Amino acid sequence: MPSFIEALKSQVGRKFLTGITGLLLVFFIIFHLMGNLAIFGEPNAMNEYSKFLHSLGPLLWVARAGLIIAFILHAWIGISIWWNKRKARPQKYKVYSSKGGPSKQSLSSRSMAFTGIVLLVFVVIHVNTFALGDTETITVAGEQYSDLKQLVIDTFANSALYTFGYTIVMILLGTHLGHGIWSAFVSLTMRSKKTSAIVYTVGAIFAVLLAVGFLFIPLYIYFAGGCEAALISCN
Amino acid sequence: MSTMTIHLKIWRQKNANDPGHFEDYTLDEVSEHMSFLEMLDVLNENLIKEGTEPVEFDYDCREGICGSCNLVINGRAHGPKHKTAVCQLHMRNYSDGDTIVIEPPRAAAFPVIKDLVVDRSAFDRIIEAGGYVSVKTGSAPEANLIPIAQDVSNESFDYATCIGCGACVAACPNSSAALFTGAKLAHLNLLPQGQPEREKRTIAMVDQMDKEGFGDCSNHGECEAVCPVGISISAIAEMRKDYLKAVI
Repeated sequence: MPSFIEALKSQVGRKFLTGITGLLLVFFIIFHLMGNLAIFGEPNAMNEYSKFLHSLGPLLWVARAGLIIAFILHAWIGISIWWNKRKARPQKYKVYSSKGGPSKQSLSSRSMAFTGIVLLVFVVIHVNTFALGDTETITVAGEQYSDLKQLVIDTFANSALYTFGYTIVMILLGTHLGHGIWSAFVSLTMRSKKTSAIVYTVGAIFAVLLAVGFLFIPLYIYFAGGCEAALISCN
Repeated sequence: MSTMTIHLKIWRQKNANDPGHFEDYTLDEVSEHMSFLEMLDVLNENLIKEGTEPVEFDYDCREGICGSCNLVINGRAHGPKHKTAVCQLHMRNYSDGDTIVIEPPRAAAFPVIKDLVVDRSAFDRIIEAGGYVSVKTGSAPEANLIPIAQDVSNESFDYATCIGCGACVAACPNSSAALFTGAKLAHLNLLPQGQPEREKRTIAMVDQMDKEGFGDCSNHGECEAVCPVGISISAIAEMRKDYLKAVI
């Protein structure tokens, strides 16, 4: 009988951890997108949401710690799977193609390591730009807020590089999740063929919706001119 | 009877230490009724007549049931047809003038012995680790002593059809043996006879699979597409469920 750690290090254990951390990260980005969409709400809605999250104090740190651990674990195991795969086939095929039919092999499934590494680098840059970025302090109705909304608008309205870079990364996020969501459920022992077919379709639709949701905001800010945009009202 | 000319690009490798290379051959008058292996037999007859070494390839029953043949043809394990082993593939699936690339299954766990023949004893060691059930020897057991529901026996038998050809490993982008191990486990783990050793078996066989140097399963599902008996990747999820149950 292997110890708990040994079991987690087995092929089955690694995939279980990848699946569970992956789904956790999907839940996180769903909430993240909901927060982003507050930019279209009342002038101060996004800043109020940000202030609410910061007011959670220790709870916020617990959530952050959980996310960081899930993210590192997910990335670490993903890279180790890619590394093992290289070791497991030292001599490549001259010709290789998928047989189609029930195969789920796709651009999405074959590029998990690439899209994953791009996302890893992106998250570091992204956290540095927004979570750790310099925000002005504004006073609305007698209360002080850090103006995250203005930072977001200024970043995208003034930088084609950031806007289009962000857009490309979000397309890659959609590509990653196209295989990833379904794969996570299979790794977490989903067996029924019927359920599997439904989860595959729903997962792919979800991947597209999440990517489109995330990339719409920077593109809209860039092309509609920040605070001038019809759907955005600034303080 | 129509015949065709087929160009072949075949992997030749003297032994495990030889780096190996591709050799080009052209065969005229290939009958569309020939099986793929018969086509290779004709090539080998020609090579023997010329005084050169014939191409070494694995086969036994040529009826699609033994799992000996496992060539990778134009990048697909067992060739272009679903649920078909190479020996059951016929030349009518090809056209005059086609070029066919034939390679051995490529995986560190399946070292090449010669040309297209690889050593698949890693599979045997996975089976040895736990692919058996303990039974009372002596008198024959009463036939209806252990009732098994029809759906359970059907599912178990679906997994039991695995012939261990290794196409799943050959086609997997990660060279994973998860479908093979999953099928061998599910076939025994689903039946009442497989219950006493269920947990021990699952842990031992997964552990052996890891030790043999196969890659991880990334759920590409390519294994199911190339499996000559069409074993579903549900076998892999079944293995994961049993493993997690066994270790928790």
